[in-house]
Amino acid sequence: MTVALMAVVILAASLAALLQFFGIYCRSLIAASVAQPLSPEIQEVTGITSGAAGPEDFPRVVQLLRLCPDFSNDRQQLSAIRLYFWLVKSARWTLASLLPDVRSWAETQLAQCAYFAAVALDHRVSSSRTALAAQMHDSR
Amino acid sequence: MAIWILGTLSEALVVVCIYRRGALRRYFFLSSYMFLSALVSVSRFRVLLHYGGVTSPEYRYFYFYSDAVLTIALFFAVISLFSLVFEEMRIERYLRFAAVLLLAGTAWFSYAIVSQSSARIMTHFAFELSQNLYFVGLALTYVLWGAIVKLRETRTQLIQIVLSLGIYFSAYAATYALSNLAPGLYSYTRFLFPAFGCLLPLTWAYAFWRVPENARLAPARLLEVAQ
Repeated sequence: MTVALMAVVILAASLAALLQFFGIYCRSLIAASVAQPLSPEIQEVTGITSGAAGPEDFPRVVQLLRLCPDFSNDRQQLSAIRLYFWLVKSARWTLASLLPDVRSWAETQLAQCAYFAAVALDHRVSSSRTALAAQMHDSR
Repeated sequence: MAIWILGTLSEALVVVCIYRRGALRRYFFLSSYMFLSALVSVSRFRVLLHYGGVTSPEYRYFYFYSDAVLTIALFFAVISLFSLVFEEMRIERYLRFAAVLLLAGTAWFSYAIVSQSSARIMTHFAFELSQNLYFVGLALTYVLWGAIVKLRETRTQLIQIVLSLGIYFSAYAATYALSNLAPGLYSYTRFLFPAFGCLLPLTWAYAFWRVPENARLAPARLLEVAQ
């Protein structure tokens, strides 16, 4: 009985902590990318200017990321941000009618996820260019 | 199998990254834990091959006993992170004392719970100790995160290391608690352990490989992240 009770307490507290730490971790990844400017080329392709992404941009930028070869090994971080995007979107959908503040917070978070993805796309494009240049240099 | 290879390789990668950054002394306990973890992964695979199958009692015993050892090593890695965050206050001696006291307290508490209700005390003790240490680790990581926010610690690498630990501890503590609550679910939860086991080396490898040691988050951004 004591063991089961302990397990229930630990399970509930751990799940709450998991959600919280995951959110903070994702926001720390996003915060590191917010300060990075986007190249003019990526701004043109994605329609996102520095610091002005919208929540609806995220799926489109993720589609573009799928087309781009991954030389920068950022797949795990992108998967984490995609999960975070989905969780925040679900929170907006379910809680926004009850708590009005949640809507504006969620909109900001979703827009920042889109900006993170655009920065990742920028990195991938520049890494691909570097790899291609190195390949051409080797083949000469 | 793929998860196992990925986890072991990223554990080795963390050690290599720390070594190449010249931070082996600074992150001694973290790299020792990762090295030990890689060693245990290889040993588990040998036991798995030798005794055939993750459901074999030999593998399960080896898994949970080795996990108890790894948890203790990780506990000391967390304490070493406390030393890094509080390094300017020079309270290392008190931290070490508190760590030993907390570890002994958790071991005693686990034994007290198990001795009331179990016949195979040693096996259940190892399991209970791991579960409780993961939970204590989670609580310590919470305190550490609180200290980071309070002291305006802005080193991005350190912040990501601590947050990864929080995710890892909470995921593991939840899985242990679920296994404890419903032993019948072991055939499902056994896949969660190695999957969550990959999280920590992958995120640490990213932090040591991609994030420059001198990278800083703006203090205002740190508060925004913490909310």
